Amino acid sequence: MTKTADFLLEIGCEEIPAGMIAKACDEFKVILEKYFSTSGLIEKESVDVFGAPRRITAICKGILQRQPDSEREVTGPPRSVAFDSADQPTRAALSFAEKQGIPISKVYTITTQRGEYIAAKIVTIGRPTEAILAEVLPRAVAEISWPRTMYWTSRDGMRFIRPIRWIVSLLGGKSVKLEIANVRAGIESAGHRFLGKKKVAIHNVAGYEAALRRNFVLANPVARRKKIESELTSLTAKHHLRVHEDPALMDLVVYLNEYPSVILGGFDSDYLELPEEILVTVMRGHQKYFAVRSRDGRLAPNFLAVINLGRDARGLVRAGHERVLRARFADARFFWESDQKCRLADYLPRLAHVTYESRLGSYAEKVERMRQLARWFAEQWFAQGIQQASVASADRAAELSKCDLVTGMVGEFPELQGIVGGLYAESQGEPEDVFQAIYDHYRPAGLEEKIPSNLTGCAVALADKMDALVGCISAGLLPTGSSDPFGLRRAALGLVKIILERKLPVSLSSAISAGVRALASTTQKLHVKPEIEKVIFDFIIDRARFVMRERLGFAYDEVNAVLAAGSDDLVDAVKRLEALKAIRRSKNFEPLAVSFKRIRKIIEKAGPAEKWQLPAVKPELFDAASERALYAVAESANRKASGDKRAGKYKEALQTIAELRPAVDQFFQDVLVNSENEDVRRNRLTLLQTLLREFSTIADFSEIAAGESR
Amino acid sequence: MHPETFLRVLGPDPYKVCYVQPCRRPADGRYGENPNRLYKHTQLQVILKPAPENIQDLYLASLKAIGIDLTLHDIRFEEDNWEAPTLGAWGMGWQVLLDGLEITQFTYFQQSGGIDLDPASVELTFGLERIAAFLQNVESIFEIQWTPERSYGQVRLAEEEQFSSYSFEFADVDSTRQMFDLTEKEALRLVSGYPRKQPELKRRYPVLAAYDLCLKSSHLFNLLDARGAISTTERAALIDRIRKIACRVAYCYLDQTTNPNSTSEDQESE
Repeated sequence: MTKTADFLLEIGCEEIPAGMIAKACDEFKVILEKYFSTSGLIEKESVDVFGAPRRITAICKGILQRQPDSEREVTGPPRSVAFDSADQPTRAALSFAEKQGIPISKVYTITTQRGEYIAAKIVTIGRPTEAILAEVLPRAVAEISWPRTMYWTSRDGMRFIRPIRWIVSLLGGKSVKLEIANVRAGIESAGHRFLGKKKVAIHNVAGYEAALRRNFVLANPVARRKKIESELTSLTAKHHLRVHEDPALMDLVVYLNEYPSVILGGFDSDYLELPEEILVTVMRGHQKYFAVRSRDGRLAPNFLAVINLGRDARGLVRAGHERVLRARFADARFFWESDQKCRLADYLPRLAHVTYESRLGSYAEKVERMRQLARWFAEQWFAQGIQQASVASADRAAELSKCDLVTGMVGEFPELQGIVGGLYAESQGEPEDVFQAIYDHYRPAGLEEKIPSNLTGCAVALADKMDALVGCISAGLLPTGSSDPFGLRRAALGLVKIILERKLPVSLSSAISAGVRALASTTQKLHVKPEIEKVIFDFIIDRARFVMRERLGFAYDEVNAVLAAGSDDLVDAVKRLEALKAIRRSKNFEPLAVSFKRIRKIIEKAGPAEKWQLPAVKPELFDAASERALYAVAESANRKASGDKRAGKYKEALQTIAELRPAVDQFFQDVLVNSENEDVRRNRLTLLQTLLREFSTIADFSEIAAGESR
Repeated sequence: MHPETFLRVLGPDPYKVCYVQPCRRPADGRYGENPNRLYKHTQLQVILKPAPENIQDLYLASLKAIGIDLTLHDIRFEEDNWEAPTLGAWGMGWQVLLDGLEITQFTYFQQSGGIDLDPASVELTFGLERIAAFLQNVESIFEIQWTPERSYGQVRLAEEEQFSSYSFEFADVDSTRQMFDLTEKEALRLVSGYPRKQPELKRRYPVLAAYDLCLKSSHLFNLLDARGAISTTERAALIDRIRKIACRVAYCYLDQTTNPNSTSEDQESE
């Protein structure tokens, strides 16, 4: 058994962008494991990689000190060719042995399916691990992918995310000779920029983290996170405050400092007059501060900054951060006031200068389309008895929805689009219905985010998303692969989520047509082909499928069955899904589904319907009792099921249909559909087709995968 | 972007320079009301070509040298890749924050005038007003004691106020556009007439004047932008027009300095 050792590699860099470190570490782990296992140096995935702003560290405990020897068999010429009649090696055998680098005496005979051949065993002596490391590590480091790379010496020099300045590479306590980006590996790491020693010798893997810790570097993100979290908690507790939770900001600050500490600063409470959303965004976006709340939940005039020092004994750092924040807030107030020197609606003309997409025109045109669509949605809902639906509010909110795009505030904080518009509308006296709708209309940005809180907001959000889908897909911008620059998948998902969560009566196809009409009314540049409506529809349904499966937890075949029976009204589709799921476990259901599948096959086999279809089933052509029985049972079941279906009682309707099972089974037992009598055959096909059509309006049972349900 | 930066980073010759550069950014004007933002601020610009290995240490030593105790303050290198799209120039680096205040842009230049730099230069731009306010421990840039007698505000406030109003309110869009067109035309005339194949005319050919005009058009563009007169599509188109000039200037400059006597027959790859 070869001896193992511990291995460590530290790539010392100038500050790596905080948001990229964790992902690069994950990737580097996979890369190293690939190299180590293909070289036979490790047996299982056992590389640990973690990072800090100035270093990426890989540790592998129990790596073999020497690559194992490997043995393989090489087959030579047939034995009959290799040895002559006197059993002496021929020229062929001799040259085979020579080529493999072994004496002829080591050549032996093997029996294969094709006969006897000569063969030789070739042993490759394993190389020392150091030699392999020196070879693969430079390649492994270069394989890490970054959003963008740079060079720092010459143009043909190494490319990386930031300059590499030192390398520590240890195997069993000894440094491994290797070079990456013209930097020779050694045993010297570096401490904290200001608090630690410039050179920190690392003698073994076990002492690595401790040696750095003594020099004010917490190399492991787990340790940094723990320190930050405990200081956030203790500082806020001491002042009777709470941290405004922000997991994304936490992930960032963990990688922004090598020795993080938290300080509490304050600001003039006059700034609390500015909306909370703006204050929080200023603090987190530019300054990476956590906002703070008082016990009653309101924003407190304080912030928490994570600094790259052990402490701030004289309060100098706090004073500095406070001064910067004051200036930032002053800037936000400047925008808040200067943006509102005119009213939100006064920004409308400027939208004509902002391009949405070259073929889809400006934002002014987009707003025009959104207004048409938002009105359309509100009209539909009102007509269907939803009293709160207000066409006027939907129109007004859509009209003002994009004005904030040309304000200074959104220019400075693009992530506040919509929110800023809503806040301005509120402070300028628009009714709540309208300002809340503007505020919410980008929602939901993802599967987890909330939908707009009021109906007008839903109308504007749906209008925005539908316009994006209709416009972009018509302009040929259907997303491919992972590329979706206009966020169409997210738009479709948001649309589905709003409709389903708010249970809104929406005919998807009509809504798409309304979108197409709106598009035609504002742009002459684009000729929308009728078949594009189907593409848009399918694109949305694809997202709906996803929501029904992943979010609502329905089985894939249930979703397929229900959508095959109709997908224009998504809320109705979910109601049918619920009924289907409830009835699925009953004893008749899945066997009936199997029969329906059989019926479908028979009809498909029969060829084009016009060749055999009768205008109606003719009872006089029945010649088997079970045919007649099925017809009668189906007729009455259909009457009952149709009534239930109209009343929205899908479960009862499905129950009735499921009860057809004995009659259907009996039919298939007694009757051969393809009778020799052509009239009888056509009549039977027509009966089955009627059955399939009438009973597939809630769910298409032939889509159900029997015995595979969850 | 000063020619000592834009042009000197081109080509292989080592070069080190630092100089004080007033920078005008029309959209950053705040009528003198913001304590940290200015229409016109002053930078100490440093170019080091090639980039020294210990450049970060040199930089930090420079902060120490002006009296900043690095162990008492929170200094951080935060990702910030610098780009001047109108000039085809960009690089990767950081903004350096001092207790949360951005005091320096630190950039490894990768391209200037659309040309890959070889070797890479490093550029440091120190924001002098912010550093001075920090060192003097004053709340606002305008309170800086600029000379023993006068504060920064006394010297500069009027300029901030007036140029902010000019950029945001007064600048006439049509006239500014005309000036832009005219400047561009003159710059194009110069770069188009560059006598690449006539060594005897090269030396005195005003490539530097063409660059000057290029900068002027870049400023006029910024002015139109601050005025809110440019749509997103037009924006891209205007940036492209200026970049074309900048790239041709860079090309001419490289030819002029590295092949003063050649007719450039062998490298016609403009």
